[in-house]
Amino acid sequence: MKKFLSSTYMAIILLFMYIPIVALIILSFNSSKYMSTWTGFSFRWYGQLLSSTIIKDALRNTLIIAFLSATIATILGTVASIGINNMKKMPKTITMGITNIPMLNAEIVTAISLMLVFIAIGLKLGFLTILIGHITFNLPYVILSVMPRLKQTEISTYEAALDLGASPFKAFMKVVLPDIMPGVTSGFLLAFTMSLDDFVITHFTKGSGINTLSTLIYSEVRKGIKPSLYALSTIMFITVIIILFIANKPKKSEQ
Amino acid sequence: MNRKFLSFPYLIWMAGFTLIPLLLIFYYGLTDRAGGFTLDNVKAISSPECIQALLRSLKLSCISTVICLILAYPLAMILKHSKSRNSFIVFIFILPMWMNFLLRTMAWQVLLDKNGVINNILSFIGLPSLNMINTTSAIVFGMVYNFLPFMVLPMYNVLSKISDDTIEAAHDLGANAFQTFIKVILPLSVPGIVSGITMVFVPALTTFVISDILGGGMILLIGNVIEQEFTFSNNWNLGSGLSLVLMIFIIISMIMIAIFDKDGEGTVF
Repeated sequence: MKKFLSSTYMAIILLFMYIPIVALIILSFNSSKYMSTWTGFSFRWYGQLLSSTIIKDALRNTLIIAFLSATIATILGTVASIGINNMKKMPKTITMGITNIPMLNAEIVTAISLMLVFIAIGLKLGFLTILIGHITFNLPYVILSVMPRLKQTEISTYEAALDLGASPFKAFMKVVLPDIMPGVTSGFLLAFTMSLDDFVITHFTKGSGINTLSTLIYSEVRKGIKPSLYALSTIMFITVIIILFIANKPKKSEQ
Repeated sequence: MNRKFLSFPYLIWMAGFTLIPLLLIFYYGLTDRAGGFTLDNVKAISSPECIQALLRSLKLSCISTVICLILAYPLAMILKHSKSRNSFIVFIFILPMWMNFLLRTMAWQVLLDKNGVINNILSFIGLPSLNMINTTSAIVFGMVYNFLPFMVLPMYNVLSKISDDTIEAAHDLGANAFQTFIKVILPLSVPGIVSGITMVFVPALTTFVISDILGGGMILLIGNVIEQEFTFSNNWNLGSGLSLVLMIFIIISMIMIAIFDKDGEGTVF
């Protein structure tokens, strides 16, 4: 009985989480342009997707920014984690406090503050400023993923590698990195996902003339969103599920 | 070589793109257009429009936080006992983010609409239809939907660290299930609860997108007021001044976390 109740509760919450996604996938096959009426099954919006340069540009920007910001944040963040791990208690506490700021601060405040600084230093709002903004809010995710792994790593293995004649860089690559790799990977994936789903930071740091998927969708909220965007989201979502499914399969056989 | 120097590029980055930008908000918030010192931008919060928006934001974000708390705690307990892999649980709550957050919120517009799916189901089973879209309840709904994972994950993180031995010890010492919960599990989960509350309360308090989409643009939250100062009115000083007021609530949240979650056990990921 208790088990039944728990499963039902869990199912209701998951339904709540996933119902809008199911709705969007269904709507992407709706031949009507309006969200509220179903006029039949069609691939019309998938076809239009291929011919829309606006959507293709926004998609390209979104993916490039997500990839670059996650990669740069992962490298900068992983290197920084090693440094932080070697700090004394006081500087470490302060640094982790600073790391938490973008996580705990309101997105709108972070976004506005970045916009003000870009304008103050005379950086034209555009691709670069979006990228810097995304790196900034991605860094904490990387550091918070890598730090726990690093704490578990034995410093002695690294020192043993040095004693055996490895250079610090080689010792890091061959000994420490494999140890902390799960943290680095999950940091990267989190950063990539957060960048992909971000709207607020992009909205304030993008200037005119460039769009990501989020800002493109936002600009269409009032006049009605093109169903091609549902089609695109459906493709992206299904792709991720397939990739994750393939990536997770070998792990199951290991157990 | 001292390895702590490796964190210097990061610290420079954070100084340049987190600390200095925040100081700039103070600068803009406390000066007028000509650059002279003034408190007018902060005092503007007491204008009827702003104070109404702020109070509304506070009310809606408190309601959403409480609903998230009530929904998330049992869920985190169930997840703790489910023995699923940790990564899988994080995964099911992160996966929705691969569908754009604006589109997911838009989808609720269709579902909650007067002629939408939910009202069709209600009328099918003979219940009166609900007028949900463009109301404050729709905004609360959207907040709960978007921020629930940020309540579940820290709670789950903390609960999953409570070892079965601790709970068994409580039973062995004669505590019943209820006493074990009140005296052992609940106190140990406080870091997760506090972290979850701030992770929901701050974004809910400051959102402008959810109210834009689900409130039909008619219901202004403090986030909407600030956003408009920057995008329409181009009054950065006023926008910054109002942001300073918001920062008071954010700083209170940060202090709460520093007090109740010292070891960072309740982090989301």
